[in-house]
Amino acid sequence: MRSEKLQAERISKVYGGNGGRVAALHEVDLDVGAGEFISIVGPSGCGKSTLFNILAGLIRPSGGRVLLDGSPPDQLLGEIGYMLQRDLLMPWRTVLDNTCVGLELNGVGRREARERARAEFPRFGLAGFEQHWPAKLSGGMRQRAALLRTFLAGREVMLLDEPFGALDALTRRQMQAWLLDLWQADSKTIVFVTHDVEEAVFLSDRVYVMSGRPGRVVLCLDIDLPRPRRQDITMTEGFQALKARLMEPLEAALRETQPGAVG
Amino acid sequence: MKALRRIAAAAGPPLVFAIIVLGLWQLYASVGPVSSLTLPKPTEVASALWENRSLLLENTWVTVEEILLGFAAAMVLGFLLAVLIRSSRLIERALYPWLVASQMVPVPAVAPLIVIWTGFDLRPKVIVIALVCFFPITVNTIDGLRAADPELLRLLRTLRANRVQRFVKAQLPAALPFIFSGLKVAAAFSVIGAVFAEWVGSSEGLGYLILTLNNQSATAEMFATIAILGVIGIALFLLVRGVEHLALPWYYEAREDEGEPEVDGLMLGAEV
Repeated sequence: MRSEKLQAERISKVYGGNGGRVAALHEVDLDVGAGEFISIVGPSGCGKSTLFNILAGLIRPSGGRVLLDGSPPDQLLGEIGYMLQRDLLMPWRTVLDNTCVGLELNGVGRREARERARAEFPRFGLAGFEQHWPAKLSGGMRQRAALLRTFLAGREVMLLDEPFGALDALTRRQMQAWLLDLWQADSKTIVFVTHDVEEAVFLSDRVYVMSGRPGRVVLCLDIDLPRPRRQDITMTEGFQALKARLMEPLEAALRETQPGAVG
Repeated sequence: MKALRRIAAAAGPPLVFAIIVLGLWQLYASVGPVSSLTLPKPTEVASALWENRSLLLENTWVTVEEILLGFAAAMVLGFLLAVLIRSSRLIERALYPWLVASQMVPVPAVAPLIVIWTGFDLRPKVIVIALVCFFPITVNTIDGLRAADPELLRLLRTLRANRVQRFVKAQLPAALPFIFSGLKVAAAFSVIGAVFAEWVGSSEGLGYLILTLNNQSATAEMFATIAILGVIGIALFLLVRGVEHLALPWYYEAREDEGEPEVDGLMLGAEV
């Protein structure tokens, strides 16, 4: 039996008070085992960001609870790594010092933090750019720097909100393969949000499909493809079948949110 | 060599412009229908500057000291006031309108009161200069403290940053370009404040000197004094800008070469 790392139990979230009450999430269940790679796909506005904010401890759910290692933590905020959609690198810090910030906030001295970050730069494809300002980096490099910052903070569970959403297709593919290598080498637990079904299947052990507002889980599908996976696996029949099974409820969810907008 | 050329490129056009204006002025004052009591020639101003150099220098130090103290006071108090105003919604709503209202009170009208309250020494001058200078610093700092990306602040919270750490690591650095804008405006205002303060009650300083020279109809000497006041203002402005360039390398380097990013991201395969 696998050990549950992160669980969401019947999480609901209702926004707004007087007049317009908007239900963002409705009784969402999520089970993430230690070392698993989980993806969440869904149409825009299905509450994925709200869910992540709740899992990260930034906002409280209206109902339900979040369990960490099987029990509700005293303080959820700060226990889980969170990489937001935008890289949020600080323009006044060098790339090296940007990646250090989590270590610094953990009480590691500046010097040691820099040493530890510097050691990871080659693996993150950033070697030679330690002293650059983030503004001088390409989109892919900025995302890798943001990811390194998240890794170095040292949390076992990491939430990644569409980290590759803004990248071009080729860079994106490289980053996916690279992320899988990284995940396996460091045995992290990853929850990944994406719009891209193919990306979800390629990366994940299990994929959750969410519906539009209020966000609900409409399908939870195990991806039993062998690992390690290479890009050519996307051509196999098994891969395409899994993709098709995910597309069906996703397109239904899309029809729900945007009538007439499905092609 | 490169730096020298940059300075020459920056200083060249304004210098040429100044020479043209001075030349026209010299010409008009020489052949035009004006007496040298109304409009002295630039050469007369220059010789007044040289002949009265010890008197001017003595009074320059007095005024420079006032300006530096007043500017420093405005910097510290203006910054602290901005932090206080941004520290809570309620305080902001209670104080911000009064902050704006304070600028409707003309400082020259208040200056005599300040002299009555504090006497004729250095204090009223420092207070008047600080009153003139704090507003642009405070307003710009308030705007700057709003400039930090709210998502960055949320990210820092997930990294266990407390309120003070979020302020030091994100809000303050994001505010610095704004703070320096305020300081540059304040530098320009500070000279005006010093002259006002000295006119109200003083027995030394360049502002006081102008009053005395006016009574003697010593026009060339007045121009010389004004020129020095101008130089003080410009020097303070350049000082602030110099500190700004040193303090915000990221801000200026990102602006200097607005080209393509140096590299592209497609070097991964080889590296990992």
